[in-house]
Amino acid sequence: MSADAIQTRRDWLLSERPASRMQARLGRAYVAWRRFSANRLAFLGLLIIIALLVVAATAGVLAPYSPTFGDLKGSRLLAPSAEHWFGTDDLGRDILSRILYGSRWTLYVVILVAIIAAPIGLLVGTVAGYAGGWTDAILMRITDIFLAFPKLILALAFVAALGPGIENAVLAIAITSWPPYARIARAETLTVRNSDYIKAVQLMGASPFRIVLRHIMPLCISSLIIRVTLDMAGIILTAAGLGFLGLGAQPPLPEWGTMIASGRRFVLDQWWVAGAPGFAILIVSLGFNLLGDGLRDALDPRSGDQ
Amino acid sequence: MTAAIAVDRLGVIFDRFHALKGVSLDVQPGESFGLVGESGSGKSTLLRAIAGLAPVASGSITVNGKKLGTRREKAFYREVQMVFQDPYGSLHPRQTVDRLLQEPLAIHGFADGEKRIQRALDEVGLGNGFRFRYSHQLSGGQRQRVAIARALILEPSILLLDEPTSALDASVQAEVLNLLEEVRRRRKLTFLMVSHDLAIITHMCGRLMVMQSGEAVENLSADDLVERRVTKDYTRNLLRASDGFVRA
Repeated sequence: MSADAIQTRRDWLLSERPASRMQARLGRAYVAWRRFSANRLAFLGLLIIIALLVVAATAGVLAPYSPTFGDLKGSRLLAPSAEHWFGTDDLGRDILSRILYGSRWTLYVVILVAIIAAPIGLLVGTVAGYAGGWTDAILMRITDIFLAFPKLILALAFVAALGPGIENAVLAIAITSWPPYARIARAETLTVRNSDYIKAVQLMGASPFRIVLRHIMPLCISSLIIRVTLDMAGIILTAAGLGFLGLGAQPPLPEWGTMIASGRRFVLDQWWVAGAPGFAILIVSLGFNLLGDGLRDALDPRSGDQ
Repeated sequence: MTAAIAVDRLGVIFDRFHALKGVSLDVQPGESFGLVGESGSGKSTLLRAIAGLAPVASGSITVNGKKLGTRREKAFYREVQMVFQDPYGSLHPRQTVDRLLQEPLAIHGFADGEKRIQRALDEVGLGNGFRFRYSHQLSGGQRQRVAIARALILEPSILLLDEPTSALDASVQAEVLNLLEEVRRRRKLTFLMVSHDLAIITHMCGRLMVMQSGEAVENLSADDLVERRVTKDYTRNLLRASDGFVRA
């Protein structure tokens, strides 16, 4: 494409006089994207997350060996080599293949927790903030009760009650991670609920339901996305922690936390068994944190003229 | 003829603070009525109480012959709309003008939204070029025009104006005031307008009420004000203050 064509396209996106709904929306997205991609570290975070997605999608093709069956006779606890890049574990399974497949479970946990916890937090927070009075008091005291327990301990209690397994671990993490989102959403709601533009919508005869859903929630979403992204590293760590304690994913599932747990016994002599999944957790957590920081700079409603 | 707005001994209390202490008021249909007074005199509160945005403790409000309860019906909002003081705060920061104008139409179930939005924008002198802008892409005067378009799009018969031009600079002020005057004449609207600027009130309104600390001081006509036929000291002081500094 010629430089001219790129220039006209940019002008179209940044137009002060968008001619359609679509153009206005794309223009806004483009401004946010420009601000985001100007931040090198955030871009690196995005690349890591994209790599994670690609790996999870193509694990079946990328993995050289089976993640669950190993050669017990000839390849137990082999050091990293050209054949087994990250070595093998105590059951003779290729660790690289297990990590590649494990990325699916990591994504599964992170996405499910985000899908469950963020909307609950958003709903509780905006309703409490907008309604005020008794509704607010009751909803926020429930939130406080959840916040009063350390996250991992509460998750442990839930998993112990529900039974070990990755689905229950997801549920337990979701149940313990929504309260901070509710707090954020409520705080944002309180800052906008008395503004004239919300009063103006009230004056149009809008129902409280409509006001919360269409006018207040969109204002809370960007700070929530930022917070959820920054929390993803914590979610991965909690999931890994539960796996490590034997309450998350169960063997032979190649979940990274569970892998560290099973490598713990040989951590001094065969460090790669626990080290490789640990490194994978580190990289992905870092990716989410960098992405979250970048999103904060790009989406924060208080910065710039969004 | 029934009054467009009849307020009878209205009291408004915010957390034990009496913002309005039994204020009565009658505005005839098609009239432009002004409320003046210093800051904190309760003129904006009176406007907000009529709109249903302030807690009414006593008294009654009647609009077009219908007495209003604490909860406003949907039909009320098609009769009465309001333009806020601060054009920077009264438009949603994440919505385009288009979305902003569509919202009242969606709430009240108008089918011909497209046409109405076009017409509303034309009426306030904003062409189609402004339709998909966000509020931060507009100047103060343009924002206030959008706010007026939003108020007019439901075709109300009464417009409450809360210092609609005080946040704008002088030249833009005149434009917006002329726009309001033109709209009023064309649509035969009733205006209830708050301002601390006596010049604007005498220009825009036929009659006015002077308020002080939540009470009515006196009712005047615009001519009274121009010819200084005032009876209360407070009003005299207001007039003197609005003349501004006089070089000694």
